[in-house]
Amino acid sequence: MKKIILSALLATFMVGSTYAETVRMGTEGAYPPYNFINDNGEVDGFERDVGDLLCARANLDCVWVVNDWDSIIPNLLSGNYDTIIAGMSITDERDEVIDFTQEYYPPSPSVFMALSGADVDLDGGVIAAQASTIQAGYVAGTSATLVEFATAEETVAAVQNGEVDAVLADGDYLIPMISESNGEFVAVGEVSLGGGVGMGIRESDGELKAKMNAAIDSMKADGSLNTLIKKWFGQDANTF
Amino acid sequence: MFEYCANPDSLEGFFWLSCYVTTPKHMSFYVSFLVVMFLLALAAPLAMAFGFLGAIASRSSKSFIKIIGKGYLAMIRGIPDIVFFLFIPIALDQAFEFLRHKILCPEVTEAIRQGNDFVVCKAAKLPLSTASEWVHDVYGFSLALLAFGFVFGAFTGNVLSGAMAAVPKSQLETGAAFGFSSKQIFKRILVPQMWIYALPGLSNLWMILIKATPLLFLLGIEDIVYWAKELGGMKTGVYEYSHPDWRAWYFGILMIFYLLLTYVSQLFLDRLSSKLSMGQDTMAGKAL
Repeated sequence: MKKIILSALLATFMVGSTYAETVRMGTEGAYPPYNFINDNGEVDGFERDVGDLLCARANLDCVWVVNDWDSIIPNLLSGNYDTIIAGMSITDERDEVIDFTQEYYPPSPSVFMALSGADVDLDGGVIAAQASTIQAGYVAGTSATLVEFATAEETVAAVQNGEVDAVLADGDYLIPMISESNGEFVAVGEVSLGGGVGMGIRESDGELKAKMNAAIDSMKADGSLNTLIKKWFGQDANTF
Repeated sequence: MFEYCANPDSLEGFFWLSCYVTTPKHMSFYVSFLVVMFLLALAAPLAMAFGFLGAIASRSSKSFIKIIGKGYLAMIRGIPDIVFFLFIPIALDQAFEFLRHKILCPEVTEAIRQGNDFVVCKAAKLPLSTASEWVHDVYGFSLALLAFGFVFGAFTGNVLSGAMAAVPKSQLETGAAFGFSSKQIFKRILVPQMWIYALPGLSNLWMILIKATPLLFLLGIEDIVYWAKELGGMKTGVYEYSHPDWRAWYFGILMIFYLLLTYVSQLFLDRLSSKLSMGQDTMAGKAL
């Protein structure tokens, strides 16, 4: 028994010495069209395309990891993956904890969505937002009552069953829902929030940040980033 | 899965549904049922082992061991489960990586804790970032299993130590009168007789364990509740199979699954209870 335990311990501590440069890309997988799990069970969306191209240009071997939005920053810090690429807007609060690359998606408007025909008071009503997002921060600063949910999906469901008056989220996420809901949902307002979407990286990981910044530069320079933005967010989306 | 599934937009009715429920994403959903059953099958004996050790330690005559045993039972029973479910895997993971870092990369002089970051050298990562996905899954599952075993072990330990105290003293004294050593009394009289007293508490714990498995997702394992939520949510046109909010259906399936699991467990526990009552000096035992 002692031998077994000992060799198990040794195996735990001794394995592995050869490795290529592998980068684990952390994403939420629940925020289409930024990132979502497609019907093949794989990470898909704008950020999958951008991330794969960035990794190819920076000559990195990338692996995709899905993680809850709630714990996405703590798990980056403890090293479960090396980047956050999950539609995360660059804000000062986040920048104190992690580093961001330059933005790979310019700021786009956030939209209030409600049931059609509902009389919504955006300043005094009950507004849902996903927890720890810039939208939640914005609603908390108004006189409306903020109700937070762990996923964007649940905020929409809360509107649907009348739990809240409206939801505030990125327009890119809500507009497809509105247009495909057969008139059930309507947009009832718009605000401009945040400073564009960047890739989150540990503060101690300056090398990776430099590589990614260079790759984003090259994608901006040759227009391939704009092509992907148009592919996923439509012809009218803000580009670089 | 089927040949005709190549173009989902052209499908309708039964054909659409048959393709929809056989997408690779749905396969992950079905596999996650097995993952949950597997976790239950492994966590129960592990919790029993932790609990048994905890119970023996808390009844030990050596005060040092007794303090450890009592401390383990009291601490876990007193602190919210969710704290432990988050704490144990992260703490274990960081402890392993810390040790590996010290052993494998002695030449690295930079601090492991840099501000908010926990940085170990590449070779010390567990699993290595180059390891394939299933290694990460197995590692995560094992940490989760340890957390379940540790937390539920404390509850089990309390039930078992109560059951040990409930065995009639005359039974043990009879053993001593026959010249049994204290080890023999423990093994041949106390343990075989305590199960019937422990069973109600243990069966409650088993039911709670079944219901606690959705905590797996907190630990990064995609369990049935995660997939039900993910598959059931409204799907817009970016997905191949778009549909409105179907979460009620998916959660309905989960409800049936959990109820079936509970029902089967209850049948099994009832049988076990009557079997253990046999020959016991209890009401149930005399009624047999």
